[in-house]
Amino acid sequence: MEKGNGCCFSAMTSNATILVVVTIITIILTRVLYIMYQSGKPLCNTTPQSVSTLIVLGSGGHTAEMLNLLSMLQKDRFTPRFYIAAATDNMSLQKAHLMEKSLVDMTGGEALESAQFMQIYRSREVGQSYITSVWTTIIAIAHALWIMIKIRPQVILCNGPGTCLPLCVIAFLFKVVGIRWSSTFYVESIARVRRLSLSGLLLYKLRMADQFFVQWPQLQKKYPRAHYVGCLM
Amino acid sequence: MGDADDYIKPVRTVFVTVGTTCFDALVKAVDTPEFKRELFARGYTDLLIQMGRGSYIPTKSTGENGSLVVDFFTFSSSIADNLRSASLVISHAGSGSIFETLRLRKPLIVVVNEDLMDNHQSELAEELAERKNLFCARPQTLYQTIATMNLESLLPYHPGDAAPVAKLINRFLGFPDD
Repeated sequence: MEKGNGCCFSAMTSNATILVVVTIITIILTRVLYIMYQSGKPLCNTTPQSVSTLIVLGSGGHTAEMLNLLSMLQKDRFTPRFYIAAATDNMSLQKAHLMEKSLVDMTGGEALESAQFMQIYRSREVGQSYITSVWTTIIAIAHALWIMIKIRPQVILCNGPGTCLPLCVIAFLFKVVGIRWSSTFYVESIARVRRLSLSGLLLYKLRMADQFFVQWPQLQKKYPRAHYVGCLM
Repeated sequence: MGDADDYIKPVRTVFVTVGTTCFDALVKAVDTPEFKRELFARGYTDLLIQMGRGSYIPTKSTGENGSLVVDFFTFSSSIADNLRSASLVISHAGSGSIFETLRLRKPLIVVVNEDLMDNHQSELAEELAERKNLFCARPQTLYQTIATMNLESLLPYHPGDAAPVAKLINRFLGFPDD
């Protein structure tokens, strides 16, 4: 009798465990799908004063395109501004710094105080072996998480390459968990005419970019959710 | 500056740039005698090579006895002045130097590096070549391109801007259009 009871009880608990696990997974999935659905929608119900903005600088041509975009954005709306570049790229932050400095000269003060510059570890350098890159990827993700917890941006501007990927994924997770709602804007590089870059493709397919811009009409035809905006350069 | 030379013959420089890459195939292609002869025959007087991280060292020449003046350097913090003073630019396919050159309205030949693993860069050069903003070549076809090119056929590039993107971003975030 006793034995039968115990058996019944264990069967019940295992059933309950399964039920709980299934429920949790369903809730998480529903939440993720809801966030994906909600992400691409404009935030028209509120008129924000200003938004904290994370700007991910790629390198070389990517940085030039990003700074071109920034020159068109109202600095009093997109403030404070956090610039991030790969730790191995010391040119990009310098260029961003120059641009911010020219803003100070134009407006007379203030602007530079609302800008911060930081570097992020890259998960993989060109030519690094795949075995060591497992370890460096873990470090890079931890570092990205630390940075994102610190600044919790409302807007993320990025245009590749891979540096922006962990930051965008973390921003998406923040939305899922409810830490911070943010809008991610991805502008595919002008160098991509016929095919998206890997980071672009991932952000597009996973719907992690709220708005996805391409600079060539051929790409827009292939990826209909993208917005064609003409050449930035 | 350069007054002493100017009355002898106007300087017409061909500037070759590989950016921060290693592109020996291009440096080798411009360092051949027939290539330099062709440039000279087309009225160019100087060949300046920015060779980046490459290991192939081109041969310098002071241009005596009626030949091309050849010089090279590895890197420079800004190649803007080199581009500005050039009469023809031969560049690697990086978007940075392509657009910097096009904005200066300099005739441009982009040479695609076929040794790169992920060679997406040829996409941009080929697209702009189709639009007649530049000539696109490979290291082995560069001589052919120089020998047959007609600079008159190139169309000026009209630079775009980020205004449409900025507008969409502002709208998305609920900022009013101004």
